[in-house]
Amino acid sequence: MTTALDTRLGQPWRKPPFIKRVWLRWSVAAGAVLYLIAAIASIEVNWSRVYEGLDRGAAFIMSFTRPDFISRAGDIWDGMLESLIMTVAASVVGILISIPIGLGAARNIAPLPVYLVCRSIVALSRALQEIIVAILLVAIFGFGPLAGFLTLSFATIGFLSKLLAEDIEAMDRVQAEAIRATGAGWMQWINYGVQPQVMPRLIGLSMYRVDINFRESAILGLVGAGGIGATLNTAFDRYEFDTAAAILMLIIGIVMVLEYLSGIIRARVQ
Amino acid sequence: MPVEQIADGRKVWQKRNRREQLTHWASWFAGVAVFVYCWQQISESTTWFFVWDAPRIAGDILTRATPPKWFYINELWEPIWDTLNIATLGTLLALCLAVPTAFLAARNTTPSTMIIRPIALLIIVSTRSINSLIWALLLIAIIGPGVFAGVLAIAIRSIGFCAKLLYEAIEEIDQKQVEAITATGASRWQVMAYGIVPQIMPAFAGVAVFRWDINIRESTVLGLVGAGGIGLQLSASLNVLAWPQVSLILIVILLAVILSEWVSAKVRGAII
Repeated sequence: MTTALDTRLGQPWRKPPFIKRVWLRWSVAAGAVLYLIAAIASIEVNWSRVYEGLDRGAAFIMSFTRPDFISRAGDIWDGMLESLIMTVAASVVGILISIPIGLGAARNIAPLPVYLVCRSIVALSRALQEIIVAILLVAIFGFGPLAGFLTLSFATIGFLSKLLAEDIEAMDRVQAEAIRATGAGWMQWINYGVQPQVMPRLIGLSMYRVDINFRESAILGLVGAGGIGATLNTAFDRYEFDTAAAILMLIIGIVMVLEYLSGIIRARVQ
Repeated sequence: MPVEQIADGRKVWQKRNRREQLTHWASWFAGVAVFVYCWQQISESTTWFFVWDAPRIAGDILTRATPPKWFYINELWEPIWDTLNIATLGTLLALCLAVPTAFLAARNTTPSTMIIRPIALLIIVSTRSINSLIWALLLIAIIGPGVFAGVLAIAIRSIGFCAKLLYEAIEEIDQKQVEAITATGASRWQVMAYGIVPQIMPAFAGVAVFRWDINIRESTVLGLVGAGGIGLQLSASLNVLAWPQVSLILIVILLAVILSEWVSAKVRGAII
């Protein structure tokens, strides 16, 4: 009598395949290969243009060794300040608005109609790209940091409300019920039963969002919504790679500082 | 517990003592002052006349944009295909580059913590903190406009994101399995292939699909700076103020975003 073990004896071990069914495995692989061939074939690469550009690429990389902060110092300073201002203002307003919407989008707190309205606001804000919102707002409100500020606030609402709502939905019911049992009103219930549970995460997420808002504010200038993006775009257009490198280094530096700060703050509140 | 004595000698509980109250108040004051300053700056560089006029302009744009020019969709199939390719090829390329970076950056697999790890971390931070639109701008200046620049921009932007999540996953692996493989006399590469890789496979797949979803979103707008995809049509339509075309493109982008989010949620649900 041969058992399953006997048939395997003497045969070397083989890694089990990822997909068990043979035909499915092969058709998935074939499909992937076909798609890749079709996709790569449809990309037209002008290799001579790429080859010509390599010098410029090398020049750009070299310009990181000697970034030029000086010759456009005024423009860089103004743009950076405007980016930071938009970031701060939009983060404050966005966080303030996203708290009520986040409360409304949590199913265990809000009644169904409120829940649906808040969830659709969140979905709308998440589905629309920042840059597309910025284009529309620039068309409506005119050029300047106001459009950028509104864009970032709008994007913050979608991000923060969704995560806050998920956090509230995952909270410990027992504590909230204990507060309710003392006869607390709705505001008191939120304030003493719900808020302490979600506060650390809310602060952490807000800090993270400040970081994202700054990174996004760097590109809003491309469509005229204020910030450092316009200066950067001009620098690229004029092939002033030294200035561009300086701006990029500043952006990376500020993002690193913000990340470091938010790390400290998150470690303190959690 | 901070307690304050009021006039008639009774003790009253307070949440904070006097010093905490003062610092609390001062930090709120500083925060509000900064916000007011920011708002003032924004307000100064805004033409308020345009803002008061905004509802009319918005209504005007809306009437121009509806109904969308539906048959324009025939000219959009190719840009949509390009957009999909930018996102997919960009993600694949990014993963090829992110995996080695992640192994070099993870504390338990890096060959040297003094030299190579900081370099890998620098690559991760710098690629992550610059938006793909800026990478696209830069690559267009270097290699010229087109889909290829878009693929590269998406790929570079994604390296940092993928490598960061991957190296965190590598640092969290179960060391016992690695030891077990090492104990069989496996070489360094065999330990990686049979001890580490199977443990990070779910995280890897999750990161790949998640990033693909984000990349679909980002590749829809890359065309605004000339890097191919549906954004090219969007910026062309915006430039000639063809609002019915703009609204159709926006609908297509919205559908693509929703679809990619649905696909990525399904795939992640199946893997994890």
